[in-house]
Amino acid sequence: MSKLTLDDLRKLRDDKKKSMSQRDSEGKRGEIIIGMGTCGIAAGAKVAFDAMLDEMEKVGVTDISIKQTGCMGLCFSEPTVEVSTSDMPHVVYGNVDEETARRIVRDHLVGKALVSDHIFDKPSIDIINPAGN
Amino acid sequence: MAYKNYILICAGTACESNKGIALYDALEKEIKAAGLESEVQLVKTGCFGFCSEGPIVKILPDESFYVRVKPEDAKEIISEHMVKGRKVERLLYKEIGAEKASEEIGFYHKQFRIVLRNCAVINPEIIDEYIARDGYAAIEKALFELTPDDVLQEIKDSGLRGRGGAGFPTGMKWGFTKGTDADQKYIVCNADEGDPGAYMDRSVLEGDPHSVLEAMSIAGYTVGANKGFIYIRAEYPLAIDRLNLAIKQAKEYGLLGDNILGTDFSFDIELRLGAGAFVCGEETALLASIEGNRGMPIPRPPFPAVKGLWGKPTVINNVETWANIPVILLKGSKWFSSIGTETSKGTKVFALTGKVNNIGLIEVPMGTTLREIIYEVGGGIASGKPFKAAQTGGPSGGCITPQFLDTPIDYESLQSIGSMMGSGGMIVMDEDDCIVDVTKFYLEFTVDESCGKCAPCRIGGRTCYNILDRFTKGQGKMEDLQQLKDISLAMRKASLCGLGQTASNPIMSTLKYFPEEYRAHIEDNTCPAGKCKDMITFTINDKCIGCTACARVCPVNCIEGKVKEAHVIDQAACIKCGQCFNTCKFDAIDRV
Repeated sequence: MSKLTLDDLRKLRDDKKKSMSQRDSEGKRGEIIIGMGTCGIAAGAKVAFDAMLDEMEKVGVTDISIKQTGCMGLCFSEPTVEVSTSDMPHVVYGNVDEETARRIVRDHLVGKALVSDHIFDKPSIDIINPAGN
Repeated sequence: MAYKNYILICAGTACESNKGIALYDALEKEIKAAGLESEVQLVKTGCFGFCSEGPIVKILPDESFYVRVKPEDAKEIISEHMVKGRKVERLLYKEIGAEKASEEIGFYHKQFRIVLRNCAVINPEIIDEYIARDGYAAIEKALFELTPDDVLQEIKDSGLRGRGGAGFPTGMKWGFTKGTDADQKYIVCNADEGDPGAYMDRSVLEGDPHSVLEAMSIAGYTVGANKGFIYIRAEYPLAIDRLNLAIKQAKEYGLLGDNILGTDFSFDIELRLGAGAFVCGEETALLASIEGNRGMPIPRPPFPAVKGLWGKPTVINNVETWANIPVILLKGSKWFSSIGTETSKGTKVFALTGKVNNIGLIEVPMGTTLREIIYEVGGGIASGKPFKAAQTGGPSGGCITPQFLDTPIDYESLQSIGSMMGSGGMIVMDEDDCIVDVTKFYLEFTVDESCGKCAPCRIGGRTCYNILDRFTKGQGKMEDLQQLKDISLAMRKASLCGLGQTASNPIMSTLKYFPEEYRAHIEDNTCPAGKCKDMITFTINDKCIGCTACARVCPVNCIEGKVKEAHVIDQAACIKCGQCFNTCKFDAIDRV
């Protein structure tokens, strides 16, 4: 990647903003975000991450992107996973072990049913994009 | 088959005690009766943090928020809301408008995330995601729209104060460095987070490393520095990896390095790893360590802002302080200073730990009360026992007692009640925690971490620790209390750096608020919390029916007795773990 000029940076920001908000049009229905700070990883976030990837491949889910992020702050319910899709309520799951991770893929993504015993709630208010996503 | 509606019921302890389970069953029954099993999913969730209004029911996706719902309301919710799509008005939470209420209730209710804005939102290993969230827009604004003086004025006007603990106005600090003529200046990020139980800085660096890099560049532009160092403890390998990656990506994009965004401004950042000494969080010791010397403090003034790294003017701020900077430039000092209290602007991140239900990393506006933090964000005391104290400020801080639960938290208010803001550790204690034991723990920590350069800290700390140790062993004398006070004051006045000056704060604070607990240890030879092992004995009284439960859990097999006969504890072998006490269902074990 070559060095950015001011115009490059602005264009890049606009492009990325668009691509994040227009996920649907790119054939993506939503995304899964896994909290992977040191504490999340220690609590098993990596295991959950791998299990999700594996299960998504097994059941053939291709329209959901999966990514890692930093600490969500919900230390008491690590590992934490946020699932945001266009056709379901936006929720945060807590205490996601391997089995729960697979259930999230099977029940939530495919079956369109929330994995009820692991729901935490909605994420916090966002000061950058107050309208939320 | 997709569900159309989701009914979320709080299954937290408080709501369950408010008949949440009966409500769940009632709703389940009504859903079946209406034949909606395939359209409505009933979900038990964690606490919404709104226990006083429980039981609480939330309907998704329309976000209706029902409070004080009784099992007999279930029928109406299903037949009206689920079948006909009409909300049950009388149950809606009205206080601040149903829509707003539902948005803001939960663990994140009361929280306001400026520093943690990107944590849990972006992938910290991808610079594009940071850029998409207005990342590097603040340095862009600084370089192309503002003069260094403008930036400095914004930071000053914002009222931002150092988040490392001392609360020195950040703008003023930058101003000193900017106003000092020198051929070379430096920017330093203090990421040597060392307080026991604190992990605010690590979480920011792991979740949003670019925000710190961007902020340091802004400071470089403002004060005229072209070189920055991040001093981070080696115990944070993931944060180090992500920082290194972030620096590499920023350099590739030309957002760090020579001629940033094609301008004349150049700025570079390097990491320096600390070897784990707590004192290196003190700024002069930290700078000594970066220079390759032994990490020991030197007297101030001169302050690092004027004479710092290699004798050059150096701006040194803590991670959390840095993470505020880009937002201040983007949203403006007015916006920032509208949050918080008269003297303390913005938010504070706390690592909330101890005996609360929701242990976590939280960010609240300055001026939030301890009651809101513990009972709303924290979800209340986990054991259900009364709140005893909250320790803030780590080894330099003190305890906040129940009478101050409603004090708005800011730098001044905490100081006035004998504690301090500190870097953000907050440990909540209930009745089972022994104040003397906790104080001893902090002294043990500071004694261990004292660099040994000055006598008040080196000798005073050790002597205080020894006295506290005697208290916990039942060997204390009343005259020790006076000595403890005297040494504490001497350490505060005569120590060279912040470590020694504040090491006795936990003692002063607990002596003031818990004198009776000290007296109980010294005069009555008892530990009211039952923590100090040398002072408690477990004995079996005549309520024992010989159920053998205690003997089975005893890890050292020191309880003897036949089935259906009273048991006896062998005091010589007992390790006072308290397992038998917790296990006995017949109140047959006395702890004195």
